[in-house]
Amino acid sequence: MEQIRVLLVDDEEEFTSALAERLNMRGIPTLTSSGGEEALKMIEACHPHVVLLDMMMPGLGGKEIQARIRLNHPDISVIFLTGHGATEFGPECNDYLIKPVNIGELIRKIQSISKKD
Amino acid sequence: MSLSGWLKNLSLLDFPDEGGSPEIYRLLRRRIIVLMILITVIPLFSMAMINSHQYRKTLSQEIVNPLLVLVNKSKHSMELFLAERLSVVSFIGSEHSFEELADEGNLNRIFRVMKQEFGGFVDLGLIDENGVQVSYVGPYDLKGRNYSEQPWFHEVRSRGTFISDVFMGFRRFPHIAMAVQRKIEGGKSWTLRATIDTHTIDELIASMRLDATSDGFLVTRDGTLQTATRNYGGVLDHFPVGLPPFSGEPNSTETTDSLGREILMAYAYFQNSPFILVVVKPRGELFRSWYTLKSEIFYVFIAGVLIIVLVVFKLTGYLIHRLQESDERREAVFREIEHSHKLSSIGRLAAGVAHEINNPMAVINEKAGLMKDLIELESDFKDRNRFLALTDAIINSVERCRSITHRLLGFARRMEPHIEDLDINEVIRETVGFVEKEALYRNLDLRLQLGDNLPEIASDRGQLQQVFLNLLSNAFAAVEDRGTITICTCDCGDVLSVSVEDNGCGMSEETLNRFYEPFFSTKKKGHGTGLGMFITYGIIKRLGGRIEAKSKEGQGTTITVHLPKTLRSQQTG
Repeated sequence: MEQIRVLLVDDEEEFTSALAERLNMRGIPTLTSSGGEEALKMIEACHPHVVLLDMMMPGLGGKEIQARIRLNHPDISVIFLTGHGATEFGPECNDYLIKPVNIGELIRKIQSISKKD
Repeated sequence: MSLSGWLKNLSLLDFPDEGGSPEIYRLLRRRIIVLMILITVIPLFSMAMINSHQYRKTLSQEIVNPLLVLVNKSKHSMELFLAERLSVVSFIGSEHSFEELADEGNLNRIFRVMKQEFGGFVDLGLIDENGVQVSYVGPYDLKGRNYSEQPWFHEVRSRGTFISDVFMGFRRFPHIAMAVQRKIEGGKSWTLRATIDTHTIDELIASMRLDATSDGFLVTRDGTLQTATRNYGGVLDHFPVGLPPFSGEPNSTETTDSLGREILMAYAYFQNSPFILVVVKPRGELFRSWYTLKSEIFYVFIAGVLIIVLVVFKLTGYLIHRLQESDERREAVFREIEHSHKLSSIGRLAAGVAHEINNPMAVINEKAGLMKDLIELESDFKDRNRFLALTDAIINSVERCRSITHRLLGFARRMEPHIEDLDINEVIRETVGFVEKEALYRNLDLRLQLGDNLPEIASDRGQLQQVFLNLLSNAFAAVEDRGTITICTCDCGDVLSVSVEDNGCGMSEETLNRFYEPFFSTKKKGHGTGLGMFITYGIIKRLGGRIEAKSKEGQGTTITVHLPKTLRSQQTG
């Protein structure tokens, strides 16, 4: 079975670097991006299985990136990571977690979504 | 002045438009009562007056007209009586020569026939050219008497006939003298003179059948009574009441007599003699039925007014009570709506705060988690267990914070108004802080043009934040991404003004007209309650300020809030 590749997109670099390292340590290769434009380029380059998306970012926001992914790469799953409580993520969102996230819960979600796909 | 102008001057149409204090309801109740009483009593009063006037006119005609007919008829009878007697004297003068009449035997015979056939004659005499009575038949010894110096003798010589006023004869009995002149050849003339008593005239007056309170009599044009009266003296006395004005036709007049009674005087002037026939009736007797009716109309009017006042008082009291209850219920509903809206604002605020806290908490969580992972990987890490315990403590604390922020998201509590002296620029900055992140993400140009050295004002920080957050929220909804929102504050004389200007979609005139209406929204269903501007308007009004909106479709909107420049000490002092 192919190893799950994850792209973590968040403008908070301290957050992305730490979470990415922890996922990597647990056998989930994770790339990071701090902005929407860069994230879209990385998706084109490395085609991850799962994208972990922050909702509110300068420039391209989480919803906009999700829309592009749905358009160009419908096979890629999206999980929103957000500081907001009840936010409308839209019907095409695979799942969401509210920050701060529990690493075990996040991995379970990544694995279950990949299996579904 | 028109009725509406008059009512306006009395402030009766100036109804207070805002409920609230009991004084306003008392004022409203008072004004409605006065107005309702006026608009019901005035027509009632007018109707009573018109009816009473019309009835009095009709009744007066019904009473006066028959009286005038009676007076006229009696006057005609009296005129006929006098004319008939004068005709008899004139006929005798024409039928007989001076010589025949100078014979007292002849004169006596003629006089007897006159008395027998016509009645009323007292005596008959023949007077020659020189005014000397040459022949006489009657109860007095008047033969040879010279009348040449008497005024009536000159009058009969110039006019041909004469009827005297009533005079008292030698027997102290009222008489009327009448004379006719006859010309003979040679330019000479003689006069036939007769005297009649006034019994027939008295009988004619008695035949009018006047009641005991009324009076009927003859009076000359100079005011001398010609017949006896009940109340105004005897024959030849002066009539003590002013004579009625001359009228060719029978007429009536109202006046006060010498006894102080209000009287109606019906009268008729004689055509060929100096008499006036007068009938006097006291008005009280005459208009008794009218006074009765007038009293009845008055009592009905008073009863009507009392019923109207009672009904108006009861009805107005009931209506005002219902209005007050309704206003209180409406106020309660609006307070509830405002409260809900406030809670919704607090919810948004809490969500913003939670987001801001959750992000750094996430960093702490991941860093601590990473530290824990690294320690766990190093089996010979010095004080491994102690560090693991420390990182667990950090992670647990993060978990606690997480639960707090989650609770914050659902946190809402009722905030009571709290007036304090505050810096309006500070309130603006705080409010803008809540939406800065959204502006950043949407690349909005959020410009603050805050006036320098603005004075502090007494106001409610929470409510002002709610107002500005609402205005900013509307501006955010109106502009596209990369749009511009400008917030200005300035000291404008007696007010501090805060304006929120956007270059968004703007509003049509129709939307602008309904801008403050509750439940009016142009947002998509589910995205707006339509209460934002309604509540904002209410808050600003309660804070003593005012709000104005300018907008042009496709160009943008500017909402300006004007707040009074008073300090808390000035408000309470």
